[in-house]
Amino acid sequence: MLTKILKSPRAFTLIIIVCSILMLGAVLGYASTEAASPPPATPDVPWWVWPLSLFLVTFVLGIVAVLGGVGGGVLFVPIVGGFFPFNLDFVRGAGLLVALAGALAAGPGLLKRNLASLRLALPVALIASSAAIVGAMIGLALPQDVVQTLLGATILLIVLIMATAKKSDFPNVPNPDALSQSLAITGIYREESIGKDVEWQIHRTPKGLALFIVIGVMAGMFGLGAGWANVPVLNLLMGAPLKISVATSKFLLSITDTSAAWIYLNQGAVLPMIVVPSIVGIMLGSIVGVKILAKTKPKAIKWMVIGLLLFSGLRALLKGLGIWK
Amino acid sequence: MSNDRTKASEEQIAYANILNVGMWIGLAIVIIMFFVYISGVLPRFIPIEDLPKYWGMKVNDFNHTLNAPTGWGWAAPKYLLTGYYVNFIGIAILAGLTILCYAVILPILIRKKDTPYVIIAIAEIAVLALAASGILKTGGH
Repeated sequence: MLTKILKSPRAFTLIIIVCSILMLGAVLGYASTEAASPPPATPDVPWWVWPLSLFLVTFVLGIVAVLGGVGGGVLFVPIVGGFFPFNLDFVRGAGLLVALAGALAAGPGLLKRNLASLRLALPVALIASSAAIVGAMIGLALPQDVVQTLLGATILLIVLIMATAKKSDFPNVPNPDALSQSLAITGIYREESIGKDVEWQIHRTPKGLALFIVIGVMAGMFGLGAGWANVPVLNLLMGAPLKISVATSKFLLSITDTSAAWIYLNQGAVLPMIVVPSIVGIMLGSIVGVKILAKTKPKAIKWMVIGLLLFSGLRALLKGLGIWK
Repeated sequence: MSNDRTKASEEQIAYANILNVGMWIGLAIVIIMFFVYISGVLPRFIPIEDLPKYWGMKVNDFNHTLNAPTGWGWAAPKYLLTGYYVNFIGIAILAGLTILCYAVILPILIRKKDTPYVIIAIAEIAVLALAASGILKTGGH
């Protein structure tokens, strides 16, 4: 019975729609609860309801993130920050650890298959992880409403990038720049979809590295992970093939988020009751998401993710501006 | 079919291997410690049922109200052996794993005389060690 359901694309679409409705219903429900009893105290709700709800929501987020081709962190922070009673400091700390756990789990496989490139990742990671420390410190020092407003604006920017950015499977890089040549940032991987070995190189390395300063600061400040920005820069600007860009971006998060996570950890902005259910929920959701990935229509999922981000970005922006408390 | 040309480099495989083992160990410890925390085996730094009073606070207010440690203060036995801070062991392992991975590939890069990447790896270890050290503090608002 279950196998039959899993093999039917229609059933999958239905499951995804039901999950989305449930998730939206849940977060909207939390919004009304929060409005009735603002943080920090939620006296009418037993403590265990929150971590349990968090587990269920992150489980669904894990599925949606895989199907939508985004990291869990970018969905986690605005949704949990907007609709749960936790302070944004703890949500961002948890968001970084959620993104970190996902990247650590994916890293070994991507590195061994030579899809994530250590030669490409290491120089980029040095820039991004240094910047992420600065971002984390800024984020923890700023007032909550300012961070919330900036988060909302950033999420809306991400929506714009996701809705408009093109992707290039095999960008044309006729002349690699001097820096990438001196660092020998080049590679070769097996592209199974065309049955060929693909050699790749990159260009515009200094510009790309400069952009990773901005990406690192934003990753650290908002605890978002940064796949949404890493991939366009690696693929469209620097000219790495799409698969190499996606895989290297995922691996890169394990380094960038590590540096920012330490700042949050040392500051005490890591609440185990938020972090652990979230990590477990999103990882289990990701496993289920990978299993159903082959049966779904990526475009429909992409627009669902964009819709979710738009909603939660607006929520964060309006919450930060004091319009939607 | 893949061939030697498409194989990952020695340092890339070494990094992947240590990451794979460390990630599973860290994740297992995170989950085990969480069950230790909620089981009530260890004395609690904050009673779980009181958490909703505090989780809406800014972290600096949270630390001030509960007299909570910052930096590596949580690793002192006084805190570590409580149901709350015991969770930090697994989290610190996950957060520390990347430093270990860099330390593992550094000798390989040195042996290969890959000077630019030796410098990059050393610089990254220094950056991550600085972040982990607890020296960098935020003033809060």
